[in-house]
Amino acid sequence: MTESQSLWLIPILPLIGAAINGLLGRRLPKAAVSAIAILTVLGSFLWVIKTISALGDLAAPHSEHYFTWIQSGTLDIGVDFMIDRLTRVMLLIVTGVGLLIHIYATGYMDHEEGFARFFSYLNLFMFFMLTLVLAKNFLLVFVGWEGVGLASYLLIGFYLKEKFAGDAGKKAFIVNRIGDFGFSLAMFLIVLTFGSLDFTKVFAAAAKMPVEAHAGILTAIALLIFVGACGKSAQMPLYVWLPDAMAGPTPVSALIHAATMVTAGVYIVARASVIFDRAPLALDVVSYIGLLTAVVAATIGMTQYDIKKVFAYSTVSQLGFMFMACGAKAYSSGIFHVATHAFFKAVLFLGAGSVIHALHGEQDMRNMGGLRSKTPQTFITLCLAWLAISGVPPFSGAMSKDEILIAVHGKSEWMFWVGVVTAGLTAFYVSRAMFMTFFGEYRGKAHPHESPFSMTGPLWVLGLLSAVGGYLVRDLVHSIGPEVAEHGDHSSLGFIVVAAGLIGIALAAFVYLFSRGLSQSFAKALGPVYHLVYDKYRVDEFYDAVIVRPIQAGSTWVLWRGVDHYLVDGLVQGIGNTIGNVGVVLRRAQGGHIPSYATWIAVGAAAALVGFQILSGGAR
Amino acid sequence: MIPLPNLDVIAFLVLATFAVLCGLSVILQKHAVASALSLVGVMGALAVLYLMLGAEFLAAVQMIVYAGAIMVLFVFVIMLLNAGSEQKSNRPRYFAYFAGIPALLVFLGLIANFILRELPNSASVQFGAFTQGGPAPVGRLLFTKYLLPFEVTSLLVLIAIIGAMVLAKKEID
Amino acid sequence: MLPNAVPVSWYLVLSAILFSLGVAGFLIRRNIITVFMCIELMLNAVNLSFVAFSYELKKIDGQLFTFFVMVVAAAEAAVGLAIILTIFRHRMSLEIDDVSSLKN
Repeated sequence: MTESQSLWLIPILPLIGAAINGLLGRRLPKAAVSAIAILTVLGSFLWVIKTISALGDLAAPHSEHYFTWIQSGTLDIGVDFMIDRLTRVMLLIVTGVGLLIHIYATGYMDHEEGFARFFSYLNLFMFFMLTLVLAKNFLLVFVGWEGVGLASYLLIGFYLKEKFAGDAGKKAFIVNRIGDFGFSLAMFLIVLTFGSLDFTKVFAAAAKMPVEAHAGILTAIALLIFVGACGKSAQMPLYVWLPDAMAGPTPVSALIHAATMVTAGVYIVARASVIFDRAPLALDVVSYIGLLTAVVAATIGMTQYDIKKVFAYSTVSQLGFMFMACGAKAYSSGIFHVATHAFFKAVLFLGAGSVIHALHGEQDMRNMGGLRSKTPQTFITLCLAWLAISGVPPFSGAMSKDEILIAVHGKSEWMFWVGVVTAGLTAFYVSRAMFMTFFGEYRGKAHPHESPFSMTGPLWVLGLLSAVGGYLVRDLVHSIGPEVAEHGDHSSLGFIVVAAGLIGIALAAFVYLFSRGLSQSFAKALGPVYHLVYDKYRVDEFYDAVIVRPIQAGSTWVLWRGVDHYLVDGLVQGIGNTIGNVGVVLRRAQGGHIPSYATWIAVGAAAALVGFQILSGGAR
Repeated sequence: MIPLPNLDVIAFLVLATFAVLCGLSVILQKHAVASALSLVGVMGALAVLYLMLGAEFLAAVQMIVYAGAIMVLFVFVIMLLNAGSEQKSNRPRYFAYFAGIPALLVFLGLIANFILRELPNSASVQFGAFTQGGPAPVGRLLFTKYLLPFEVTSLLVLIAIIGAMVLAKKEID
Repeated sequence: MLPNAVPVSWYLVLSAILFSLGVAGFLIRRNIITVFMCIELMLNAVNLSFVAFSYELKKIDGQLFTFFVMVVAAAEAAVGLAIILTIFRHRMSLEIDDVSSLKN
């Protein structure tokens, strides 16, 4: 084994930052808070670079054991960190993008209350996310998993005074609970089946098991893991929390709800690829869910007017693409898309944040327009990301999306075509957002201004990464394996994908640039369908009617009025009253009257002897 | 000719009867002094029974310490406080009479039953059969095996003396 | 008819009887001093069983225990009687029914 690399430093540094900013931040000047937050993440980033360069090509995973955490019978769970080729990519994304977004946030959050609180939460998120990525067993992953959920909840509800922010935070937390429940069940099944939660042991044992033609234990585990992934990565039917999560500050949306946390589901599926490979049924489910999510979210994204909502649905849709890749066993392609998506979606969100910042909080695209000249740097960097997500080569998004769709083509042809159409829709709605924001005439009232360098700097870095990052990470990602299928000539398929993106852009240009009012007449022509999509298919209302209201009614009438009021209160007060009544009787025996105490002793002694007699009589 | 009953038996029966009668007297006498004197009777009977069981030294100590010192202390206190007969109380003790005494009878019956059942062949007591109870063997054991408890009791007595002095001392206002 | 010898168990039964008498006195007497004497009676009854077992086992350890009980009894009598004196001084009564401060 290679020598220790002190991997623990990577997550611990942000935790220290979180502790300092959380405990002392209110007394520190903003510059110090920013410095602590940025430097700790920078330290993690540098340590990741150092570790990765020291570990070479990582043909074998490097793992470190710190201490035994839980030991119960044969189950032995340690605090172990591991770094392999998959972890390597994730680490670079999380710390790299995380660092840039931290820098951006110092500019974006400059005028906000709770500056130190924000960075404390953000650093806390980094700690948990890095724990999640570095963990060598499922339980430690779960620690990070829950931790990022907590940080996400705290940051979505960051604007304490806004009710919708708090509600959105709670919604995210509760919806994630459903996924976490699945993840927990998966862990229980893994312990039951393999007697361990350690990645090495579990996957080595799973690798020896045959591929399950019908549903079996591996299928069950895989599906339960996927339930967890659905919650965290906002897939159907648990995606509803992510659009609402945009209630948080924009850097949070960029970091947690676009670049890193939401990809944890993809990560865990890729991590458990050994199990998924042996459960084709589960893989099919992953594919279908991914495809469905991609289509549904893309269509909703076409109709939204809130710039952040558009990008949120775009995120959901892109996550669907990643799961489609996983479903086609092209895990490395999925992770490739995680990486490129982290770049371009971070730019989209940060750019949106820059626009919102410039317009003093305006988020409705109908009140934007013509910002091209007012915020040129934001515009140019956003253009890079726009082309990347639309799948225009040679930008990064095109490379990963091509790979995914080619892999999906290998799995099933019709899914490929649906995926292509969705890619076209993606290009359409992002272009729509771009045209509505930056082209045409300015429709708002505020006076836009370009953002400070602390915001535009990260935008530039990430924008360039969106453009060329695909080439940088491609080899790194493909080293994860398994090898991407290279059979046959895929240039025609790649051409189709690119064409779909270009058609999407062209259509959007036609509708939103050249013939104003066309979109309105489209919307009118489609009528009810348009409204259904605009109302996000009324999924929230559906959940509200089918799940939330019955639970509320049940809670009110059965649990509160019934169980709590009659059963619990009745029981508690009944016990109290009974004890009180018994006490009234027993109090006579406690008169402080010595002879009566002595009488009790005598009675007790006699009773003890009678009992003894009965027992010994029975023994004889 | 009627065989002469064994003297050990006669002595035990006489002393036991005397002890029980004195015991009854302790709890039934109305006057505290009469109870104290009855208790001295019990202790005397017990001293002779100790002697028959071979505990010569203990018999002497029983007379000197118990019947002598402790009971004298009791009588002193009775006289000091001028404790006469009990007054009729306005708090009848139904509980003690109707639960305590029957329970006590059950207790006694079962204990006696238990003793006789568990020790059917216990040794016969004959005066002079066991002679280890003299001062010499008792003293030897007391100062070797039981030295530590002995020292502890000395401490206990010291504490008791101090405690008694503190408690009985007239409060100086 | 009378047996030829007295078994040790009879001594133990006598001890039990005396002990029960002590308890009975404790239960029914009202005068604190008499109650105290009943305690002494119980201690004596226990002493008798110690000595009887000492004879049965032909070991004098039991007698040593009697010895210790006597010391404890003496100490207890000293302290107890001092307490009685104090109670009498405060309440001008020797009735045990009047001493019920355990209630609070």
